[in-house]
Amino acid sequence: MNILEAPSEKLLAGIRKLLAEKNIASADEIAERIRITDEASPARGAAMVARAWTDPEYKALMLRDGTMAAEAMGVPMRGLPPLGVLENTEDLHNLVVCTLCSCYPRAVLGYPPFWFKSAAYRARAVRDPRAMLVEFGTNIPDNVKLEVVDSTADYRWMVLPRRPAGTDGWSAERLAALVHEGDMIGITVPVVK
Amino acid sequence: MMLASGTKVRVKLDWPETRGPCHIRTPYYLRGHEGVVVRHLGDYPNPEALAFRAPEQILPLYHVRFPMADLWPDRHGNNSVLVELYESWLEAA
Repeated sequence: MNILEAPSEKLLAGIRKLLAEKNIASADEIAERIRITDEASPARGAAMVARAWTDPEYKALMLRDGTMAAEAMGVPMRGLPPLGVLENTEDLHNLVVCTLCSCYPRAVLGYPPFWFKSAAYRARAVRDPRAMLVEFGTNIPDNVKLEVVDSTADYRWMVLPRRPAGTDGWSAERLAALVHEGDMIGITVPVVK
Repeated sequence: MMLASGTKVRVKLDWPETRGPCHIRTPYYLRGHEGVVVRHLGDYPNPEALAFRAPEQILPLYHVRFPMADLWPDRHGNNSVLVELYESWLEAA
């Protein structure tokens, strides 16, 4: 049988059987990983961002060790690549891309948006980022440095956006509702509507 | 050898893909370009060897920053690229 022409379901079943037989991953372990992956969503990252905005100690932990900061919020990180967090400031805006493939901090943001894996996004993010951001509705002033973080290897990166003005005294829960997927990739910035 | 933050490095101008099957974690657009080590991110098994079940080789991984204006002929005042690169791809600049 030509493996390239084999029905994908049969191939998948064969791989699952081999993984179990070779004690690499049991059916239960695979099911658990699928469940964990499906449960992840940008709400997790948003909760981390909101806590960082309201708790300086947590923010310091998040910037030092994103994996520990995610675990502190109950996100299972075992067996996953380390998470790094990039802070946006008055002078610096971060934008995350994976030009080689589709590295994405799925544990804290869930599945990537459809365009994240597109050749157009991956190419333009490292070559024409400011013009591309304008197309996403985001204007980065010329005096703000734009750093494009190309995830290539063992880390996964998320952006800690700036807390928007006009949110003094807001609870972490209310703040978290302001934070969307794109804000943690650096495509957009959170705003008070 | 551990590269300190601030060390100037050059990405090797190498094209392993012309020599046979490979799994490369160094984007082509950086090859031959100079950057500055921002920090050591830890030591990890070399994915280029892992992909072929070659004997495990633990390598330092660095975050390296490149001015975007050096990478492309376009105008890039205040833009930079920050990339994880394995030590095996870096040489002194």
